[in-house]
Formats: sequence, C-alpha cells, structure tokens
Amino acid sequence: MFLSNDVQGNTEMLERHIVQPADAEHPTILSTEDLHVYYGKKEAISEGDLRFASNQITALIGPSGSGKSTFLRSLNRMNDRIATVTGRIMYRGVDINQPSIDVYEMRRRVGMVFQRPNPFAKSIYDNIAFALRLRGTTDKHELDEIVETSLKQAALWNQVKDDLNKSALALSGGQAQRLCIARAIAVKPDILLLDEPASALDPVSTSQLEDTLLELKQNYSIIIVTHNMQQAGRISEYTAFFNQGRVLEYDTTSHIFTNPQVQITSDYVSGNFG
Amino acid sequence: MMKSTQQLEQQLKRHSKAAKLEIWGKVVSFSALILIVAVVVGIIGFVASKGLATFFTNHVSLWDFLSGKSWNPGVTDANGKPEVGALPMIMGSFLITVLSAIVATPFAIGTAVFMNEISPNKGAKILQPVTELLVGIPSVVYGFIGLSVVVPATRAIFGGSGFGILSGTCVLFVMILPTVTSMSVDALRAVPRYYREASLALGATQWQTIYKVVLRAATPGLMTAVVFGMARAFGEALAVQMVIGNAALMPGSLVDPSSTLTSVLTTGIGNTVMGSLQNNALWSLALVLLLMSLVFNLIVRLIGRKGRLQ
Amino acid sequence: MMNPKTQNKVAIGTLYGVAGLVVLILLALLGYILVSGLPQLSWHFLTAPAKAFLKGGGVGVQLYNSFYLLILAMLISFPIALGAAIYLYEYAKDNWVTTTIRTAIEILSSLPSVVVGLFGFLFFVVKLRLGFSILSGAFALTFFNLPLLTRSIEDSLRTIDTTQREGGLALGLSRWEAVTRVILPAAVPSILTGVILSAGRVFGEAAALIYTAGQSAPALDFTDWNPFNISSPLNPMRPAETLAVHIWKINSEGIMPDAKAISSGSSAVLVLAILLFNFAARYLGKRLYKRLTSA
Repeated sequence: MFLSNDVQGNTEMLERHIVQPADAEHPTILSTEDLHVYYGKKEAISEGDLRFASNQITALIGPSGSGKSTFLRSLNRMNDRIATVTGRIMYRGVDINQPSIDVYEMRRRVGMVFQRPNPFAKSIYDNIAFALRLRGTTDKHELDEIVETSLKQAALWNQVKDDLNKSALALSGGQAQRLCIARAIAVKPDILLLDEPASALDPVSTSQLEDTLLELKQNYSIIIVTHNMQQAGRISEYTAFFNQGRVLEYDTTSHIFTNPQVQITSDYVSGNFG
Repeated sequence: MMKSTQQLEQQLKRHSKAAKLEIWGKVVSFSALILIVAVVVGIIGFVASKGLATFFTNHVSLWDFLSGKSWNPGVTDANGKPEVGALPMIMGSFLITVLSAIVATPFAIGTAVFMNEISPNKGAKILQPVTELLVGIPSVVYGFIGLSVVVPATRAIFGGSGFGILSGTCVLFVMILPTVTSMSVDALRAVPRYYREASLALGATQWQTIYKVVLRAATPGLMTAVVFGMARAFGEALAVQMVIGNAALMPGSLVDPSSTLTSVLTTGIGNTVMGSLQNNALWSLALVLLLMSLVFNLIVRLIGRKGRLQ
Repeated sequence: MMNPKTQNKVAIGTLYGVAGLVVLILLALLGYILVSGLPQLSWHFLTAPAKAFLKGGGVGVQLYNSFYLLILAMLISFPIALGAAIYLYEYAKDNWVTTTIRTAIEILSSLPSVVVGLFGFLFFVVKLRLGFSILSGAFALTFFNLPLLTRSIEDSLRTIDTTQREGGLALGLSRWEAVTRVILPAAVPSILTGVILSAGRVFGEAAALIYTAGQSAPALDFTDWNPFNISSPLNPMRPAETLAVHIWKINSEGIMPDAKAISSGSSAVLVLAILLFNFAARYLGKRLYKRLTSA
C-alpha cells in the first residue's frame, strides 16, 4: 500500500511529498494523527502525521527550529508540562495522547535518550539497576543479568565490566551516552526515541554509537533526530524532513537523499541551507 | 489483534505505582509548604491581634501611641490616659538603623569594589573568608564586645555612662558590615565583564570605569544590600539591648541612654502580665517591628522591580 | 579639576585604605574574641555547671543545651524545608499562588528573630502550655530556620542539571521519584553545606530563645537518660538556657562576679563552633561531591 498525497504534479518540484512506509515485514508500531503542538499560543507543529515502521530506524532531519525535537519529545509525552499537544498518538492501536493513559507506564515502553549524555550521579551499575529496583525487581541475580545484557547491547560491557561500582560521572562522553542507551533499554522498551544522541560526541564515538543503533534495531523500533545528514544516510531506513513545524517530505532514506521531490528538501540535503 | 490491543490499553491505563507515588509526593511536599505559609500567617495574625488590643481593647489612640514621648504603660497621666507614647523607641530604632547604615555603606561598598574590581586575588584570599565567617557570628557576641569595648570607650571619650545610640550604632555598624559587603560583592559580580572592557577600551581610567559604569549598573543590587543591612539593624534585639542603656526616653544626645523597639521588648515582655495594658502595649511595639520588616521587604521588591525594568 | 590619572590614583588609593581598614576592624574583632576568650577555656569551663553568685562556674549545661536544641530544631525543620523545597522546585506552577507563597517565605526570613521568639512565647509557651522548654525553643528555632533552609535546599536542587530529571522521567519515573531519587542524591553535597551553615546560625541564636527555651539552666544529671525525668538531659519539657542566651543573661543581670570572663570564654566557644561549622560545611561538601563523581 502506498499512500502519497502529492500536492502538485510530478514534473515540477512539490510542496509536500509524503510516502508512509508500507512494508508488511515491518508493520506500523507508532503513528501520529492530526498532531498539533503549541507553545502557549504559538503553533510549533502543524503538519506532522507520520507512521513509524517497527524494527527500523527512522530519522527526523531538518534545520534548527524546524520542530523535529519538539515532535520527538511529544511522542512519549515529555512535553506534557511544556507544551500543549493535540491529536492522536497511536501506539500499537492505543492512543497514548489521552489523559487516562498512565504516562509512567507508557514511557517504559517508549524510552528516550537525550542530546547530552545525562548519566545519574550514581555508580554505573546503579544507573541501570535503579529504575528496575523502583519497579520491584530486587533479585540480585536478575539485576546483574539485566545490567550485563544491557551494557553488552550498548557495546559498553567490555570497557566497564570491572568498574561497575564506580561513578558514572567519570565516564567519557561517548561511554556516558552508551550508558544512557543501556539504561534506556534495561527497562525493555518497545520504541527508542533518540534526540540528537551523537551531537556531543567525537567522530569515533559517533561511529561506534551508530553501529550500536544498527544492532539494536533488531529488538527495538528506533526514531532518531539528527543534525547530521550523513548519519541519517548511514543508519536509517526512513527519513522525514521537517521545516517550520511541518513534515515536508517523508520517504525511504535513499529516496530522500538521491531523489528528493521537494525543493527545500533538496536544498537541505545538498547542504545549501540549514 | 483486537484482543491484544485491548490488553495493552488496559495495561497503559492501569494506575501504576509511579502514579500513586506521584500523588503522595505532591500532597506531602505541598503540606510542608503550606505549613510554612501557616507559620507566617500565624505569626502575623497573632502579633497583630495582640498588638491591636492596645487600641481596640484599651482604647489608646493610635496617634498618642505613635507621637507620645512618655512610655510608662503602668501609669496614667494627668488626663487619666495611660502613658504609652512609643515615639522614643521608634526614634531610637530609626536613628540607630539609619546611622549604622550611613556609616557601613561606604565601607561595605568600598570593600566590595576593592574585592571585585581592584584586587580580586586578595579579595578572594583574605576578605571573602573573613566576611563570610563574620556574617555567621552570633549577635550576642557583638553585643558582648560592644559592652566590654565600645561602651567603655564611649564613656572615656564623651563621659556619661557610655550607653546610648552611639554605642549601639558602633555595634550595629560592625555587625551589618559583613552582610552588606558580601551582598554588594554579589551585586558587582552580576555586572557583565564586557561593560568594564568596553569602558576601558574607550580610554577610561579604572576609577572612571568603576564609578561611571560598574557602580551605576550595580546600583539596584547595592541598594538592596544596604536595605538588607538596615532591616537587620532595625530588627536586631540583644546586641542593641546590651549597649543602649534601656531608658525609654527621647534620645537627648547620641551618648545618653535610650532605647529601641527591640530593647524594650526584650526587657519588658517577661515582666508584664498577659492581657494587661502594659503587656498589650509591648505587643504593639512588636507589631510596629513586624510592619517595619514588611516595609523593608517591600522596598527590596520595589528596587528589584525597578532594576529589572532598567 | 584633577586630571583623570591623578583622580584614578587617589580613588584607588582610598579604596585600598577602606578595604584595609575593614580588614583591620574585622580581624581586630575576631582577634579580640579569641584572645580574650581562649585563655578561659578549660575542660572544667566546658563541662562544669554555672554558678550564679560565685566565681569559677562553667558552661557545661548551656553548651549541652545548645547542641540539644540545635539537633531538635534541625530534626524538625529539615523534613519540612525539604518537602517545601521539593514542591517549589518541581510542582509549583508559575502563577500568583506560587508568588504569594514565595513572598510569605521571604517575609518569614526577614522577620526579626525577636518577633519569632515572641510568637513562640505566645503560642507554644502560653497557648499550648509547653512552658519555657526545650520543645518551645526548638519550635521557635524551627520557624527561624525554615525560610533560609528551604531556599538553600531549593537552590541546591536547582544546581543539578535538568537533563538528569528528564533522564529519570524518560525511564518511566514519576516526577516525585525523579526528584527524590535522581536530583536529590546528586544535590546532597550542596544541601549538606547549606544545612551545616544554617546550623551555625541556629547555634548562635539567642533572641528567639529567651522567651521560649527560657533563661534558666537547671542542673542536669548526665547519668539519667530517661526523657521523662526532670533532671534528665533528654527531657524536652525542661527550661534550657543556651550558651548564646547565657552570654546575654549574665551581662544584663550583672550579678555574676566573673561574668566578663565567662562571657569571653562563651563567645570564643560560639565563634569556634561557627568556625567549625564553616569548615565542616566546606570540607564535607567537597568530600561528598568528590565521592559522588570520582571513578
């Protein structure tokens, strides 16, 4: 099934070009319908209806202030106190943008990793075990196991396995960000949202992080905001281009980068602005 | 498919442990906050009800209270009215506050300028720790030193008992100096670096820069520091009570024994019977004290607002 | 008209003079307290009970009372201040209610301590019939302490990066958990510093106590730890003159023959205690912070 709502004819550049993913192997896990985000009276997101495929990586790109981070943070309602979000956010058929939803339970299924690494001022072990303990996992063996697998999945285990009791604040930027990923996946979410996770990292750490994300895709559906076009090109299956609070183009990543249908997208991916 | 969706929805709508904790935490922390507010309301309410009793229960006129020069609540004057003139104490409190602020301000601001603009190194090494430590010295210690050093010195120079407004001013000057200094330092520190750089780059001398740029930009903060110092001086009880002489008379000179609102309160409240006019009159003094602290608060706010507008 | 360069020299010279004079005054003050007070200090002075009409008394009971009141006041005020600070940090919306509450707290912090003491007298001593007692004093000190402690804890919480809070929320923690389990532990070093500094203030406070904890120090039997016995050090219902109140009392009454020596010694003890609190605050704060962040 192809959903295309081209606004103009095919010969010229379009104003909007949305092709929702339609891959039977990777059914839609999350979608937004009629989503609007307001900061006070100012509308930050006006057209942002997207479907996200499961076990794939979707990249959200666009110039600063285009609304991509706002959009991402709305998906697990991190914007609840800051902005007004209207419309539906369908997660496996359930609208999670309604007041009766328990946001805490929901966020355990839709996890998030932030722009700047934010390990807690606790030991490496406790950074991961802490949220689990609060939700009743107290068995030492079980915790040990989860800590180990999470750190392995985040490709950090080998570097820290002897220092699990040391403070997480002593980790390097790249290691700290991996720890944050390990922490996020330890609660076994379904979807992982990443808000420019590599923007504070050096090139080596960035490429390690990308490898990790490609690994994680087998078990998680990933949505990542990135400033870095090459990064979107390297790791994502789908890419959405945001501009001024609207999704202007959404398609497979290869289409977006090789054959953009919208002028602004084309300008952006070729580095002419943004 | 439908069934699993329903199941998920149920799970997501279940009131989780986190949600329960959230409500609990909100209630507990709000109660703590409300308790503090209740204390404030309680203090103002109690002191006001007691302090107003002089006027409503004992029918003393407010004007007599504020302008009367004779304080002797147990005695009635020739017209049969009780002698509850609080003017001597009000005068004493204001005199001592204003005088100590006048003396302390140039020293405090001068020192703050030195610490922040001229020799930040020496400032950080010597002055900062010393002022910080002295801010914390208990007021009774200031009072005791006033009693054993300042009062004899005043006596030696001016004769008389040595107790009085001058001694009180000296004690309060030293007492508020650290507070006003450290707050002035904060005010100067808040002036952006580039103000100074721009001025120096234009060829202004360091003093011109300090005087015309830094001090001017920091004026609201410096004023706040001085008002804070005044509020502290006005409300200080024991240190003043120890050196002022405690004579509820209009201050004839700076070296005659006098009294302030706080000194009369500390000496008097234990020697009167609850509910009597003598006692109520003291509570009226407490009310004046409380109102004045509100006024100081208001002034600080006004300065803050004006500073923001600029 | 002086030329700007000369003017500059004169002005800066003057500022040097002013700063030097202030240092001199402050050091003379400290020096006087220590020089006149330290010779008075002895084990006897610090432990013996006071004598009202004779020479050679000590301040043992007063010193003990000061610490006991301090601990009680901190035990009561810390949880309240913590709760209030958490609410202000996490839940308070930016509206008129919050502004009013903040104003109320500011008013409390600017009230003269004698007013707080008088209220304590009226409410606890007289209305609730607690009499001149440790308990009345502890409540008065709590009121005196609450606003500054609340503000200091809130400021400490605000020094922690908000990304920490978001990190907690993203794991499905409630806001309460994010604050108490993530932000609060990270802020402990700075909170501790604030608590110790406020303890110094409470330790030296006298005006709030003279009509609440009272001005007499009945002898204590340091072998009797049953809080219901009148001579027990733990009894919270007994009057308890503290060291700071003692200094004021013996100087205003003037019947003790060695009042001056005792006051000097007591002042030195108070100042040394404040010094100790200051150093402890800095040292412990730094130490804890290091432990929290080091590998």
